[in-house]
Amino acid sequence: MAKKDKLWTLSPAPESQDHIQIRDAYGVFISGNFTKPGKDRFYSINPATEKKLSSITQASQKQIDSAVKAARKAYNSTWSKMAATERAKYLFRIARMIQERAREFAVIESLDGGKPIRESRDIDVPLAAAHFFYHAGWADKLKYAFPTKDPKPIGVVGQIIPWNFPLLMAAWKLAPALACGNTVVLKPAETTSLTALKLAELLQDAELPEGVVNIVTGDGQVGEAIVSHPDIDKIAFTGSTEVGKLIRKSTAGTGKRLTLELGGKAANIIFDDASIDQAVEGIVNGIYFNQGHVCCAGSRLFVQENVAKEVIKKLEQRIETLIVGDPLDKNTDVGAINSKSQLGTIREYVDGAKKEGLEFFESSSKLPSKGYWCKPTLFKDVAQSSRISREEIFGPVLAVQTFRTINEVIDKANNTPYGLSAGVWTDKGSKIFNLTSQMKAGVVWANTFNKFDPTSPFGGYKESGFGREGGLHGLSAYIKF
Amino acid sequence: MNIEVSKTYKLYINGSFQRTESGRYYERHSTNEKFLANMPKASRKDFRNAVQFARAAQSGWQGRSAYNKSQIVYRIAEMLQQEKGRFLNLLEHEGFSKKGAQANFEEALTSIIHLAGWCDKYVQVAGTVNPVASSHFNFSIPEPMGVICTNISAEEGLAGVINALIPGICGGNTVICLAENCDYLALDFSEVLANSDVPAGTINILTGTTEELGEHMARHMDVNALAFCGLSHDQVLNLEKFASENMKRVYFDSSDSMDGFYSIMRFQEIKTTWHPIDRIEGSASGY
Repeated sequence: MAKKDKLWTLSPAPESQDHIQIRDAYGVFISGNFTKPGKDRFYSINPATEKKLSSITQASQKQIDSAVKAARKAYNSTWSKMAATERAKYLFRIARMIQERAREFAVIESLDGGKPIRESRDIDVPLAAAHFFYHAGWADKLKYAFPTKDPKPIGVVGQIIPWNFPLLMAAWKLAPALACGNTVVLKPAETTSLTALKLAELLQDAELPEGVVNIVTGDGQVGEAIVSHPDIDKIAFTGSTEVGKLIRKSTAGTGKRLTLELGGKAANIIFDDASIDQAVEGIVNGIYFNQGHVCCAGSRLFVQENVAKEVIKKLEQRIETLIVGDPLDKNTDVGAINSKSQLGTIREYVDGAKKEGLEFFESSSKLPSKGYWCKPTLFKDVAQSSRISREEIFGPVLAVQTFRTINEVIDKANNTPYGLSAGVWTDKGSKIFNLTSQMKAGVVWANTFNKFDPTSPFGGYKESGFGREGGLHGLSAYIKF
Repeated sequence: MNIEVSKTYKLYINGSFQRTESGRYYERHSTNEKFLANMPKASRKDFRNAVQFARAAQSGWQGRSAYNKSQIVYRIAEMLQQEKGRFLNLLEHEGFSKKGAQANFEEALTSIIHLAGWCDKYVQVAGTVNPVASSHFNFSIPEPMGVICTNISAEEGLAGVINALIPGICGGNTVICLAENCDYLALDFSEVLANSDVPAGTINILTGTTEELGEHMARHMDVNALAFCGLSHDQVLNLEKFASENMKRVYFDSSDSMDGFYSIMRFQEIKTTWHPIDRIEGSASGY
């Protein structure tokens, strides 16, 4: 185990919560207005303290119906009719307003979801604004993206998003759908509804025509009602492969369009000629970013055998320096696990791997007594057949394997039903292009990892889903010819 | 009197003409009820064998240069041209008028040449360099899905056969085609393919029924995409459900092979690659 060697200690640097406004209870957002909070409500919990933040309405079938109706009305009467240049102006305006309120969004995101403020402040919220800004400009240029075609909007889109990047996923879904002229019924994840509801307030202030975006909150039943709603033309879902398959079965034969961004089990491959220090940073960023709640996380590490000892030693030392704790503290590297149930899932995998007898390393950091926490962990010499190298854990748990030859690592890396992302670390350009072209994955990071941009298409091969989000290629998810 | 020598029709798997392992056949008549041939009725096992060969051939075919793929597809047209008389006859057996057969043959030939020309261009049209806001070189390019299963439209004659076979291979996929419709035309066309330097396993043609083989094609875990046209609502519903198990990409309409770019892009994934750009002394990257 790496020696605990703290060079210095840091004083707490918590971000202030003074300027944020969260209501005690939220209704659902339909046709430009919030309904009164419903009788059937659940609490949104701060996973770092287990304190209640607000109570959220479980949308009823009736409310879902009126949300779809409002979206249909807005589609027919305003949004699809409006000049594309004017649609663009609304989206640009939304982007600007997110920038203006960035601090409030970031704090609420960290409170509600448990992610470090450093990430919500520097990644989630700025990227959410950038997604609106980027897609705004596409609204009146769609013909350039589809040579010889005349792209048209699809209609009413049902969008279901996960809890790992709540506001960012809302932006990934809403911005291209709206830019292409569709109207939306969006469902945030049950544990992280707050920033979507804050976004609804922002949309009101932006005077987005009523019904263009409707937000219904609740559990999986609300999602099911959206998926099976007869007046929804397209479903866009980000979440687990298991649920993605159910959605696909349920929409089969209905003619509903579908895009799915599902799970992953990315290989992160380190060659002996890589810059090892950079690679170690990349491994850490690959798996411990956002507590590993990342579908494209580099959860399978492949290290070339002759540098494995060095890489693992440096990795352990680096893991020891990660600060696990208060998500609102600006020094925090690893925040809280999003929910009790997710913590249970992660623990089951970790305990199982320990029972298998796998050698492991975990950070010695002391965890807060309240809240849901998991130490950054790695398992060594994991077999291809081991559960932790086959299944998506969605937590800060890394499965390390070694390899000798390029062909071996290509086979091992591709030997998974998933195909969302992959990482390659080497200083040799020709090797990079060999590897990146052989990886069966939608996003390949070479000498970097977990980078995102609205201009860069994101999405998977194989059981990681289909369709892309972002970039020119992402537009085809929201248009028809 | 000279007796005409008739041909034994066989499945086209891995570049060779094979009897069905099942030993089954069905009789094929022309539209005016004349007996034409005993056709092999492919089984699930024939299909599974074909998938193995298609998978084995896929990376090699994908790895051919775009120029080489383009020339091979062009050669298919060259080989087809010299068989014109034979295919006009076949099309007439299929109920095409003389004029209609002529037009259909020309359409098929033209679309092969149209598609051949796309092999080394669609990546340029569909690929992008993405202006990300960080110091990275970022580009997106189409890549083949892998092994795809197709069927043939009932109404489009030889042009439909081309549409089922060629767009997929232009984009580096390997194809298994279920020729329930145009069975006769498709197996005759396989002889053109066999003469065209198309590597073994790249295109495989099975005659049989959607009722029997459709489910297996949709369920097979090593098939990446399925493009079937002319199905009933119930068939679509079932096949799509079966296809969800390995997240096969599915299409239940036919594309227009003369709209070659989009018919090739149906069977492509988009891959995005990132690499850092070393910024020295704050100089901005040129991308």
